[in-house]
Amino acid sequence: MELSGIAAYLVSFFTFVGIYAILALGLNMQWGFTGQFNIGVAGFFAVGAYTSAILTVPESPWHVGGFGHPFLVGIAGAMVASALLGLLIGWITARLRTDYLAIATIGIAETLRLIIANESWLTNGVRGMSGIDRPFAGVFQTLGLTSAMGTLIVVTTFLVAVYFLVERARQSPWGRVLRAIRENEPAAEAAGKDIGRFRLQAFVAGSAIMGLGGALYAHYFGFLSPEAFMPLYGTFLVWVMLIAGGSGNNKGALLGAVVIWSIWSGSEFFMSAALPDAWSGQSGPLRVILIGVLLQVILISRPQGLLPERAPKTVPFGKVANRKERA
Amino acid sequence: MDLLIDLIQLSIYGIVLGSILTLGAIGVSMIFGILRFAHFAHGDLMTIGAYVGLSFLVFTGAPVWWALPAGMVGAALTALLVDQAVYKHIRRTQPVILLISSFGMALVLRSVVQLVWGPNVYSYTGGIQRPWWFGDIAIVPNHVWILLAAVLIVAALHLFLTRTRMGKAMRAMSDNMDLALVTGIPAERVILITWILGGMLAAGAGVLLGMDSRLTPTMGWNILLPVFAAAILGGIGRPYGAIAGGMIIGLAMEISTLYLEPSYKPAVAFVIMVAVLIVRPQGIFKGTL
Repeated sequence: MELSGIAAYLVSFFTFVGIYAILALGLNMQWGFTGQFNIGVAGFFAVGAYTSAILTVPESPWHVGGFGHPFLVGIAGAMVASALLGLLIGWITARLRTDYLAIATIGIAETLRLIIANESWLTNGVRGMSGIDRPFAGVFQTLGLTSAMGTLIVVTTFLVAVYFLVERARQSPWGRVLRAIRENEPAAEAAGKDIGRFRLQAFVAGSAIMGLGGALYAHYFGFLSPEAFMPLYGTFLVWVMLIAGGSGNNKGALLGAVVIWSIWSGSEFFMSAALPDAWSGQSGPLRVILIGVLLQVILISRPQGLLPERAPKTVPFGKVANRKERA
Repeated sequence: MDLLIDLIQLSIYGIVLGSILTLGAIGVSMIFGILRFAHFAHGDLMTIGAYVGLSFLVFTGAPVWWALPAGMVGAALTALLVDQAVYKHIRRTQPVILLISSFGMALVLRSVVQLVWGPNVYSYTGGIQRPWWFGDIAIVPNHVWILLAAVLIVAALHLFLTRTRMGKAMRAMSDNMDLALVTGIPAERVILITWILGGMLAAGAGVLLGMDSRLTPTMGWNILLPVFAAAILGGIGRPYGAIAGGMIIGLAMEISTLYLEPSYKPAVAFVIMVAVLIVRPQGIFKGTL
């Protein structure tokens, strides 16, 4: 009994780590590689979650739905919807300083939260949407696995795929251009790169990844309400993860997700055990202060994070020439 | 005819909201002008000011308007503390790191408010005020005091910025940082004064917002987006533009309730801001961003 409880906890722990790691990788593409300040992660996360939920849930008298599409269609829809949102925001702010992007993204996240809470025909408002199925539950059942374990496998699969794609992008010439823009915009422009275009591509790609994270969250949790998309959970934790792990470094994003989620969920246990009863209602704010102070300490003492960014191996000039000859 | 009366009534609310937004937006604009970053903890600084003012009233039993100076002292001290403890150490790196830090600070300040004062809803004065009627138009006494206080605060700030050496130094630093520094303006002192003024303005906005409605831990955060919209509309880094920006956003938010759910008010501010970013990103008065 005890053991299965621990196993169930670990499954849930790693599923959350996986989902947050996907969000952190998406943010890494925007902020870590390109220096674009998206402070509305929660908005993209919410669009992904609700899109996938609406596409897949059975019919309900409380909100639109009943399309009954399979899980993978929901995932694809979520990524497309988030990417379109990213395209819109990126297009508006492409020519402006990154402070404007920050303000615009937090604006879109807050506006989306208002829409989700108020348009109950679409999302059932604050009462939330339920009945979102876990992926391939039937298949995993025949293999003797619970649906939670199955979801963990699906989330891990997506995480591995996203990690390899983002890592490949980082090492590619495209990734080099992004870093060049981040480090020295005029120089990148002088080298003939269309800065706005590259920025937009990175922003849209990162948004799509965040949408994927949102969809996976919806299918794992099975229930969505506007509460889950408060800037605290959706945005702040992801930022702390990326900065603690090391922005610009994809392994750092993964490590940050593990470390910060351990601290965040561990502090819940610790505080419920250590705090006197009169204070038990205060554990929420205390945990936020803990993570917030941790962020400030990291920014002051180790801004590069646990795993600092390292440039990919440079290819000696001769090798490139040889490769071309062979081709 | 009814529509006209509604319009006048809502415009009064709009001017009241606009004067609150103006105080916040001037602070955001000033901080941007001197320190070159969008201060995301500004809304929660307002909350701190409002709650400190509340505690002062509760402990001393002073008349309501004392919440204003008390809140100003509280928020200015908080801003100084945050600057000395955190922002000061990361100022030398890119300004955008300060932005991340201030976003984290916003959540810390809000959590501190929740810890100290709890999640309850408070108000400065119990009961509902009886409005003054002018024909079919009602004016709540508090609204008059809010507007008056905002005008006084802005006038005092104007005198400070135009008549004192420090005020002139601040404007010089906001206009052209390099030029100001080579003329020997004491940058560190100007930054400290900026935080004190920014904190006081934030508290002004927070206390007046609390007088207009109620005090909740998220009151400042919820108004941050309209404040930024006002600052951008006025041209960020331009304190005087913030007055125009605040009024336009405030009026638009209130008048929109004729056609939209009131809970969409922040979204109206956001839509105007997006339109400004597309059409004229430097704002009405050319900003420094």
